[in-house]
Amino acid sequence: MKLLEIKNLKKSFGDLEVIKDISLDVEEGQVVGIIGPSGSGKSTLLRCATMLETMDSGELIYLGEKAVTTDESGRAVYAPGKDLKRIQSYFGLVFQNFNLFPHYSVIKNIIDPPITVQKKSKDEAIEIGRELLAKMGLSHKEDAYPYQLSGGQQQRVSIARALALNPRILFFDEPTSALDPELTGEILKVIKDLAAENMTMVIVTHEMGFARDVADHIIFMNDGLIVEEGAPEQVINNPENERTKAFLNRFSNAI
Amino acid sequence: MDLSVLVLNLAKGMLVSFEIFILTLLFSLPLGLIVAFARMSDNKIIRNITRIYISIMRGTPLMLQLMVVYYGPYYLFEIPLPKGYRFFAVIIAFVLNYAAYFAEIYRGGIESIEVGQYEAAKVLGYTETQTFMKIILPQVIKRILPAITNEVITLIKDTSLAFTISVAEMFTAARAISAAQSSLMPFLVAGIFYYVFNFIVAFAMEWIESKLAYYK
Ligand SMILES: Nc1ncnc2c1ncn2[C@@H]1O[C@H](COP(=O)(O)OP(=O)(O)OP(=O)(O)O)[C@@H](O)[C@H]1O
Ligand SMILES: [Mg+2]
Repeated sequence: MKLLEIKNLKKSFGDLEVIKDISLDVEEGQVVGIIGPSGSGKSTLLRCATMLETMDSGELIYLGEKAVTTDESGRAVYAPGKDLKRIQSYFGLVFQNFNLFPHYSVIKNIIDPPITVQKKSKDEAIEIGRELLAKMGLSHKEDAYPYQLSGGQQQRVSIARALALNPRILFFDEPTSALDPELTGEILKVIKDLAAENMTMVIVTHEMGFARDVADHIIFMNDGLIVEEGAPEQVINNPENERTKAFLNRFSNAI
Repeated sequence: MDLSVLVLNLAKGMLVSFEIFILTLLFSLPLGLIVAFARMSDNKIIRNITRIYISIMRGTPLMLQLMVVYYGPYYLFEIPLPKGYRFFAVIIAFVLNYAAYFAEIYRGGIESIEVGQYEAAKVLGYTETQTFMKIILPQVIKRILPAITNEVITLIKDTSLAFTISVAEMFTAARAISAAQSSLMPFLVAGIFYYVFNFIVAFAMEWIESKLAYYK
């Protein structure tokens, strides 16, 4: 089943065409890795998909439900608010810099969204929250505040926060870029564990080795376009496109 | 007049000062938030009207505003001043003035919250109201508390301005007694009252700040 379909997405900031024409599908259980040079539009693509940014034209479909369609004149038309609200519950997003709520304890960060948004009972939310914290190896930090945690721990809390709403598909925008190098491993491991549980994920990353290991499908973006895509071995080990080759060469030591 | 009578008389005035203080805060703190929203509105007209209002409130003396509010209705529209309007005039003028100051403080606080907080809340499915009430406002309050404390302390001292339209607050009482007895004693005692008032308020604000110090 297709969880996400993006068709002919276009997005400009003023005169700057950031996403020129991108289409992509994500199947249930698939892990898609998005790589590409800085400024190629990876974050913008994710922000359009998660509706943090309004797209100019194209289609955005989750589980067959249309969040965005395009009218005859080529302009994007968003579905009514209550439909968007439902569609929004299908996905989660993990940010580069976590964006935890600093005034909430670790457990409150995780349980407040299910209570506020999904109207879950507090007991039920706490049960889910504790289970996720245990899974993230953070049970002992339940009552800590975000500022008391390392970057890696904060990122694990933010992943737990996203998972607590039980999304069908989870987006990550460079989840390890804000971390000290020695802390990236713990996050990559969490994501690998999720992949092993068949969580559907779309991950923007600069970690080529990780992308190759965890992703079923790699997309290489350049200048607002998908330049090359396919199986990780193909795109990362034997790229055909010159730009992909040039980009990957810079990472060759890291793999 | 012995000291106990003097203190009693001043205490009565003190009560009026305290009323002005409480009522001003009660109305200007919420009103300031509304003004802050108007100041940040997407509507250019609302935004500019608010900007002018704030600039007038901050750019002219409170004493003048007080007189305009008190005498204005009579001189402009020949509306006779009802009994008891004096005290209302004080509250109206103080609330309008302080709401403007608070609005700028709120605005600074709201604009200092990282956009990532709004984005996280949005993706998690919070409504705009939930985002503001649960995520943004608590963080804003913590950040602006020191600035609010400054204004609150200033307000205590400003309550003495009510004497300009003869509202019998503490300073008015002190002046009357002092004139009758040619003594500076009433002013000294009034000064002590103001100081103690300030001290208690500063202590309370510090306590609130310490209560919010559990996170960074
Ligand atoms: N809100 C915005 N307003 C104007 N320009 C923007 C905005 N957001 C992004 N851009 C521009 O769009 C282009 C693509 O940005 P984007 O953040 O999507 O790139 P990226 O591939 O995620 O890069 P990086 O690897 O550095 O994160 C850049 O040139 C950026 O300056
Ligand atoms: Mg980016």
